[in-house]
Amino acid sequence: MTRSSASRERDRTHRHEGQRRMEHALPGELSLREPGPLVRPYGDTTGDGMVQVSFTLPLPHDKRAEAAALQLAARMGMQQALLVHAKAMGPHFTFFVVYGSVTHLVDLREIEVVEREFPLLSSAEVNHAIRTHLSRKLVVVGACIGTDAHTVGIDAILNIKGFAGEKGLEYYREMTVVNLGAQVLVPDLVEASRDARADAVLVSQVVTQKDAHIHNTTAMSAAFREAFPSGQVPLLVVGGPRFEEGSASRLGVDRVFGRGTTPGEVASYLVHELVEPRTARTSAGASR
Amino acid sequence: MSPSARPILDLDPTLVRRARTLARRAGRPVVDLARNHTTVSVERATLRLAGLSGADHENVPWVNHLVDAVRGSVGLEHGVTTPVWDALRRDEAPDLLTLAQKASTGGVGFRLPEGREATAARRSSRSAVARGVRMLDRQRRARERLVATVGDAPHTPWVYLIVATGDIHEDIPQAQAAAREGADVIAVIRSTGQSLLDFVPEGATREGYAGTYATQENFRLMRAALDETSRELGRYVRLTNYASGLCMPEIATLAGLERLDMMLNDSMYGILFRDINPIRTFVDQRFSRQVHARAGIIINTGEDNYLTTADAVEAAHTVTVSQLLNEYFAKEAGLEDWQLGLGHAFEIDPEVPDSFRLELAHALLARQLFPKAPLKWMPPTKHMTGDIFRGYLLDGFFNLAGAMTGQSILLVGMMTEAVVTPWLSDRDLALQNVRYVMRAAGGLAEDFHPPRDGFVQNRSREVLAEAVALLERIVDDTSARGTRYPQPLLAAVADGTFGAMRRPPTQGKGLDGVVARDEDYDNPAITLLEEGATR
Repeated sequence: MTRSSASRERDRTHRHEGQRRMEHALPGELSLREPGPLVRPYGDTTGDGMVQVSFTLPLPHDKRAEAAALQLAARMGMQQALLVHAKAMGPHFTFFVVYGSVTHLVDLREIEVVEREFPLLSSAEVNHAIRTHLSRKLVVVGACIGTDAHTVGIDAILNIKGFAGEKGLEYYREMTVVNLGAQVLVPDLVEASRDARADAVLVSQVVTQKDAHIHNTTAMSAAFREAFPSGQVPLLVVGGPRFEEGSASRLGVDRVFGRGTTPGEVASYLVHELVEPRTARTSAGASR
Repeated sequence: MSPSARPILDLDPTLVRRARTLARRAGRPVVDLARNHTTVSVERATLRLAGLSGADHENVPWVNHLVDAVRGSVGLEHGVTTPVWDALRRDEAPDLLTLAQKASTGGVGFRLPEGREATAARRSSRSAVARGVRMLDRQRRARERLVATVGDAPHTPWVYLIVATGDIHEDIPQAQAAAREGADVIAVIRSTGQSLLDFVPEGATREGYAGTYATQENFRLMRAALDETSRELGRYVRLTNYASGLCMPEIATLAGLERLDMMLNDSMYGILFRDINPIRTFVDQRFSRQVHARAGIIINTGEDNYLTTADAVEAAHTVTVSQLLNEYFAKEAGLEDWQLGLGHAFEIDPEVPDSFRLELAHALLARQLFPKAPLKWMPPTKHMTGDIFRGYLLDGFFNLAGAMTGQSILLVGMMTEAVVTPWLSDRDLALQNVRYVMRAAGGLAEDFHPPRDGFVQNRSREVLAEAVALLERIVDDTSARGTRYPQPLLAAVADGTFGAMRRPPTQGKGLDGVVARDEDYDNPAITLLEEGATR
């Protein structure tokens, strides 16, 4: 790389590497002037790429183990990795903490995000929408299906107590909520949904060992499609911390909600899909 | 374990007595109900004490076959043992196992013997079941001997660690490693869903979901491995499993036979969180607690669960109420104070102002109300957000609260709670956290005297008063009077008083396994356990 002595001199006068790169990026070097589209991790200096990782190797703690940790760090893309902590955990394992600058860049142009496709409504707005457009109560049936006994998720959305300062769906005057609780069998859920004339079925899945959440969800959507004539299947909604965004169609459901979803978001979505005057949800129904 | 029990909260002794009286009044009708019923699992557990084990080629246990066969021909209202030992006396089969095998294909004619024949059948069944009861006694003495020769856990709180790989042969080295790293108690988490199986799986198992199946062979393998590690470490490492779900009495029995040391055994957990029928639960629970009492097993109750579904400040008094009910049911079944690992948890939202002071008040209240019980202190789970660094700090405060309030059994919190099942490194870091706090502040209980009428004292009194008010509401509830189940506690369970879940006595899983006892019902296990007899 050739640079004029003038530019070298000018660069040296800049106090800060980041400032230099902001103003005079070298050819081929990532300019820091624009925030993106290429991004690197941030430690304490723009563009430093610093990350920390911790991991365990099945090796006794000695020089070889430390070198192995550094080799792993290098292969993970960490340059000049710094082994800041190594501790034996019993005779056969060593725990490491490593800092280093990653060579990888993130290209924001390649990222796809599912943006919320519905407006957020207050509980009063939700009630009002149901009252004026549906003229009856909106019926929601919720459950944890399969062997999953973790009702934390479904309870956070349905129980009056709610989540993140928002009251659960039971609090909404215009909704009828049936919470079937934990370890509900799919046929029972279908039956209860039919009995309650559910507009929407909310299923929570926390346990993900051996992809139980995926299997349970696909089994559930298949059962509903079997049991209801097409176009009359209730809106199927699953939630849980490990569902991939945008995986709804693959799972055969209408919407997937991830970690941190609040009752208000779910209520707004239900109104968006089921209540607001709009053309029939045939297209959504067909894909279901 | 002798937790300090100085009265440092100034609780009103009249109110404390009132709380216990109310718990007894709420519990007594339910105990009466339990004494008038039996369940398929109680009967199967009785056969297990008589030595019947194993399963057919489809893994259906022989105890299930035999109980089903008897139920199908003469019913269970007289108990399973009288018709079974009558059949053996009539040489329907040379031994119990063969009888069960023949019965599984409908090859045994059961009948209800009368008069002298009934007496003879009962005498034989008693002597067969007594062999199992004596085995419980032998295992209890073996534990006492090991604790005496190998040595006991040197400090309280006992450090309680969880292992859960799903594969017993992976669990064993992990449990041994955990013990070497400092665990005094190892709990093997059960496979998700085992609580709803109406049979106990057989043999060593290598596949479970988020846990390992509780089986007699898994119990035996793990206890043997920990005995070895106990000798190596010079301290007896205790083993814990779960006597809950539809097979609670059988699992309690297997635990006693295989010398497990602690068992999770809550009075209402299965009803509320697994939707198991309330009658089934109370009947099964009484039998399982009688077995635990005899086997010298410490029970752990599940009050922490209330706080994961309800708010830990608003619902603090429901924990106290549940502890009082658990204490009543436990003592009625013969458990002693040192066997009552009553649970409570550090689950207050850390965003709440004074959350740590509130935790101290709640933890001290439990300590003061149950001074001789080995309280089990459970770590934060609900407010573990996935931010492992913040979680590590929260676990440190949990450990500190445990040290300051003299808790007896400390379930080690993992910073990766709600993220993954604990990694080797998570457990190591968590134990470092515990060790640091106990080394730095383990003696702080001695210095910690909340000022008279200060925040902590006032809060603990407030919770106790709310608990008494709730118990009064339960006991005075007459809404179920005149119905089939007039017991006020059942009415409270039915209308959502606990954990905000409604569980009526006429619904729930396992209801079809409940049978009302006949006048001539006989169960030699219950007789032996209640008499304290060995023959």
